[in-house]
Amino acid sequence: MASQHRRFTGTLALTAGLAVVGLLAGCSADAGPTSDNGFGFAAAEQDPDSSITVWVDAAREPIANAFKEANPDTPISIETYDGNAGGSDSFKTKIALFDQSGEGWPDVVFSTQTNDTSWAAKELNGTQAFAAPLNKGVLDDDFLEGFTAGANDPMTVDDAVYGLRNDLAPVVLWYNQKLLDQFGYDIPTTWEEYEALSDDLAADHPGYILGSVGDSFVGTYVYYWGAQAPIFQLKGDTFSTDFADDHSTRMTDLLDHMVDNGTLIQDSVFSAGFVDYADKLVATPGPAWYSGAVFQNPDNLNVPAGEIGAAAPLYWDGEDKVTGNVGGGVWYASSHSKNLDAVSDFLEFAISSDKAIELASGLPAYTDASDAWLATQAEGGYFVGDFEGSVNTAAGSVWNGWGFPSFSPETAYASVVVPGLAAGKSFAELVPAWETEIKNQAQVSGYTVK
Amino acid sequence: MGYTFSSGYTVLLLAFGVLPTLYAIFLAFTKGGAFVGFDNFAKVFGDYRFFPAVQHVAIYLVVYLVCLTLFVVLLALVVHAIKVRWISTSIRFLYYIPGALAGASSVLLWLFLLDPSVSPVAFLLKAMGLESFVQTVSIDNLPVIFTVIAFWTGAGGWIVIMYGALNNISNDVMEAARIDGAGPINTARYIQIPMLRKWISYMGIMSLAAGTQLFVEPRVLSQASKGVVPPDYSLNQLAYLFAFRQGDFNGSAAISLILLVVAVGLAAFFVFRGGLFERD
Repeated sequence: MASQHRRFTGTLALTAGLAVVGLLAGCSADAGPTSDNGFGFAAAEQDPDSSITVWVDAAREPIANAFKEANPDTPISIETYDGNAGGSDSFKTKIALFDQSGEGWPDVVFSTQTNDTSWAAKELNGTQAFAAPLNKGVLDDDFLEGFTAGANDPMTVDDAVYGLRNDLAPVVLWYNQKLLDQFGYDIPTTWEEYEALSDDLAADHPGYILGSVGDSFVGTYVYYWGAQAPIFQLKGDTFSTDFADDHSTRMTDLLDHMVDNGTLIQDSVFSAGFVDYADKLVATPGPAWYSGAVFQNPDNLNVPAGEIGAAAPLYWDGEDKVTGNVGGGVWYASSHSKNLDAVSDFLEFAISSDKAIELASGLPAYTDASDAWLATQAEGGYFVGDFEGSVNTAAGSVWNGWGFPSFSPETAYASVVVPGLAAGKSFAELVPAWETEIKNQAQVSGYTVK
Repeated sequence: MGYTFSSGYTVLLLAFGVLPTLYAIFLAFTKGGAFVGFDNFAKVFGDYRFFPAVQHVAIYLVVYLVCLTLFVVLLALVVHAIKVRWISTSIRFLYYIPGALAGASSVLLWLFLLDPSVSPVAFLLKAMGLESFVQTVSIDNLPVIFTVIAFWTGAGGWIVIMYGALNNISNDVMEAARIDGAGPINTARYIQIPMLRKWISYMGIMSLAAGTQLFVEPRVLSQASKGVVPPDYSLNQLAYLFAFRQGDFNGSAAISLILLVVAVGLAAFFVFRGGLFERD
């Protein structure tokens, strides 16, 4: 019974909270930002002594702490949250509450999702858009020009840059040179060769694998995006998904084939079970950040130096050499901030400082930082082959046909495909339900579905 | 003096119960401050997630309430029948302990128990054909999983209450039953359970209120399973999504109001069927 009482009290508190924020919203309707202040939007009155609140995920906490240490005079409060990971929507949820109450917004937010601009750059329920345009006075043009070409495109609306890319996450082909040598295989360069390799591997070395389909980001961003499958496209406010397109069906067939022959497994790359594949993973397409998150991570595969290499991304034979992309975090600044000078100092530090390069776990989006990071990675002697060249190739070849609406493709994959595969169904069998779920989500998110 | 005692409760009830309800009613029938009749309700009914969520909650409620009632009454009768005092006390204490864990933390504990790769009872899960966490938390298994979690955290307290109620049954009545030749089963059937009717109704109402508000368990499971348990599984979750993902507080209020009406209707059923307001 105790839990019922707690739940009852919790509900009362939640309801009351909603009522209070509602009332506050009514009271504070006039207390919004006042003038342009030279920032290109109606900024709040600036106060250089005002403390800034920075939200980061666990991986970005060190860089925030480094800024605090390097700038003891800047008042800053660092709060960690889930980073909006996996389409959790916690960023949007919290901002919606602050919009209702008319106060409390953080000044800087890091999000692992690249699609937040779709809502953060828009006015919601009569409240000014949360994200501040950064290229109208908040940050210098010199600094903004230092990003890798196209890095900030997903956050750019009508020439206003609403967010800064922290890292790029192009998909490369990771391979284990030791295993390839041992088995006498070449590094596949096309999806066709990758599939053919899976048949050889399954026949001659059962138990060895070429990747996983157990994570929603892998299924969507690595395989379907990399295959130029037009299943997640946005044009204005019109959303479309086409699983019948040739690129989509070919990838569906490839995945079913490789799940059938056992070279694609269903464990998440971050599950306890995946660690067992440390010496069984022959190759896998995956984002650049697998370097630190999977291969050099003592809690994950922890592969010894001199075995793993990154090759250029896989593509369809005879077609464009493009690839997919898995996230790449984004920094947002609040349009409600009272200390935009401190905000810009923080953003520049988090993106381009020496400390940022040192602490980066993936390929930085800032050119100077990415050059230095790639050189450091290559010099470290951990990776075999042309690591620097392959990652650079991938960074410049992300397929631009993928859309960035306000919802994530990961949720439909997670709720339909992952349990469906676990229940023994094939991708082909799951496609109709998956397509319906994506379209339904687009519809309730306010898009016209084609 | 009576007013003084009840004033605190009344103030809190108004502030955190009645006013929010009135605000929700206002939101449910308006949009941008303008009266829109039942538009918000129509939108909610037309949402593709609404009826699956209703179905999920309904199935869970049936499984949970039936299991709760059966096992709580049975276990209370068994504990009451144990005459050795220290055994009876120890068992009641054991039943009560899991209830000391807060809702979310008990779900976290169950996350380990339900994952065959780390669970201490993995052999049981595997015996049921569940090889992975994704298989364990498949949508068809969720009513049973939520029932087990809710029973584990909540039933102990109810068993203790039922035990207290059983103690209140007059010794004369029990002795008369014994003299008439009633064994433990007949005594339970004809004497104890009918006399527990009000308490069972009370338990039904409270558990129904808790059950319709299913939120913490699927929410935590959804995040832990990286979305395999859908974020729109229950009605409360759907209301949450309406408010905070879609920024539609009016639709959210409409769902809350529907829940309120259904819960009050069902509670009224339990009150009248259970004779909760009848005096002995």
